[in-house]
Amino acid sequence: MRSSRLSLTFGYIMLALITVLFIGPFLWLIRSSLMDLSQIFTMPPEWIPRPVRWDNFSRAMTVLPFGTYFVNTLVITAAVMVGTVLSSSVAAFGFSRVEWQGRNIVFAILMSAMMLPGAVTLIPSFLGWQALGFYDTFYPLIVPAYFGGGIFNIFLLRQFYLTIPRDFDEAAFVDGASYFRIYRSIIFPLSRSAIIVVALFCFLASWNDFMGPLIYLKSENLFTLALGLQMFQGTYTAQWDLLMAASAVVVLPCVVVFLVGQKYFLEGITLTGLKG
Amino acid sequence: MRKSLFYGLLFTAPAILGFVIFTLGPMIASLVLSFTDYSVFKDHTSFIGLDNYIRMFSGADDYFYPSLGATFYFVVLRVPAVIILSFLIALLLNMNVKGRAFFRTVVYLPSIVPAVASAMIWMWLLNPDLGLVNTMLQAVGLPGSLWLYGESSVVPAVVLTSLWGIGGTVIIFLAGLSGIPRQYYEAIDVDGGGWFSKLRHITIPLVSPTIFFNAIMTLIGSIQVFNEAYILTQGGPNNKSLFYVFYLWRTGFRDTEMGYASALAWVLFLIILFFTFFVFRTSKSWVYYEGEGRS
Repeated sequence: MRSSRLSLTFGYIMLALITVLFIGPFLWLIRSSLMDLSQIFTMPPEWIPRPVRWDNFSRAMTVLPFGTYFVNTLVITAAVMVGTVLSSSVAAFGFSRVEWQGRNIVFAILMSAMMLPGAVTLIPSFLGWQALGFYDTFYPLIVPAYFGGGIFNIFLLRQFYLTIPRDFDEAAFVDGASYFRIYRSIIFPLSRSAIIVVALFCFLASWNDFMGPLIYLKSENLFTLALGLQMFQGTYTAQWDLLMAASAVVVLPCVVVFLVGQKYFLEGITLTGLKG
Repeated sequence: MRKSLFYGLLFTAPAILGFVIFTLGPMIASLVLSFTDYSVFKDHTSFIGLDNYIRMFSGADDYFYPSLGATFYFVVLRVPAVIILSFLIALLLNMNVKGRAFFRTVVYLPSIVPAVASAMIWMWLLNPDLGLVNTMLQAVGLPGSLWLYGESSVVPAVVLTSLWGIGGTVIIFLAGLSGIPRQYYEAIDVDGGGWFSKLRHITIPLVSPTIFFNAIMTLIGSIQVFNEAYILTQGGPNNKSLFYVFYLWRTGFRDTEMGYASALAWVLFLIILFFTFFVFRTSKSWVYYEGEGRS
């Protein structure tokens, strides 16, 4: 859209304001995580930590076993990512590159699950895992990723696969390639960027998941960062220096992953939004 | 392309199995459970017909209507706020400004912050005595607020914290906006219309499918608000933020009344189904799809 100088100036002012509002909480987080408890509460508020209390981080990390939580979260997230990428890309292949009777009906039925609130399946799923003896283990958080990896991801990859020319498959067939071969050597490598999108979204969803670990994990040594942080808050209510340091540790990996994979994130959202 | 039912099913088998095991099965099971008085502490479970549903709607449950009310209030405040604000921000980002990529990153970044961490940050910012927000309000002579601790301010405060994460919605709008051909706007320039008539006659109709998509997704997400209630407020003060899914969780997992909680879950399912259907029905009159015209 072409814009006049006046509206451009207005635009910059508004964007500056938005930047302050959206970045402000991050600055408040960093500032509080590096401050003395006494300086935190000064009025009017100060923004520059003096002295810089790096030890807030080491203290926050030792009052609760955040190292263990970090490893737990990493294990769950990595396992979920592998499962999601494998099973959603295989399923998307079956729903786009293989022609079979009833394909679209089955896909539509699976899609309908997207509208279903998670709360409806929550209690029976919990009872099922408990009956199998997997309550208080990582399995309930990981295993579902290996069965489809979420219809949303299948949908996203299928959209992408449909843009790859059919001739590739036909040529491979003529050369005697099997479906598995086509999936492994043609479709999967060609959809690298879409796979990365799925992997990144999956990372965030799993890293940030709160309700899953809350329901399935009981032993503190199995806790994830999100659960640990929540428990921390219950114990150290007014210790804003430690709370903010612990929060910063939980936020940092997400920010890093986002900044590194930024291009893919924005592409991915655009892809899903436009086709939705 | 050759047909192969065998390979088709082989590739999709994990997903189909997953659907049956983790969605369809539990759905049916929760419907069955909703007609029982199942609870971990009871030795004996029996079918009690519609009793759970009667308990809900007859008012015998002191929390059901308050939780519906709190959720409804949250949805009514949040959905329009998210849609309007993210649309406006997307309009700004779609202008011919320098540093668009930077501003886009700024707007999207908060939406990737884990809910628990975001809750911690906002609890501290909105702290009534020492938080930054009240301090700043008082500095310019405005009264502070109890925010998460006030009965009348808790739901708006939760909405406020959730608005920090609207980046995803903004990006989707931005994608919709950038798909509008330039010529359309030039046509209005020729006719002598201003920015408002561009917005009214071109931008809004052409992004209406995106508005529709965002509205549905925000609606479904807002009805299921849980983390905020659990972490920020525990449903308080005085049950004013007792959001539905939080209440469901409390009933099923803290009070272990899983039969009754399953009934709550099914009512939630029907509510979401109803609203989604309702929005779909109304969409015919305001969503414009290119090539179809307005139907």
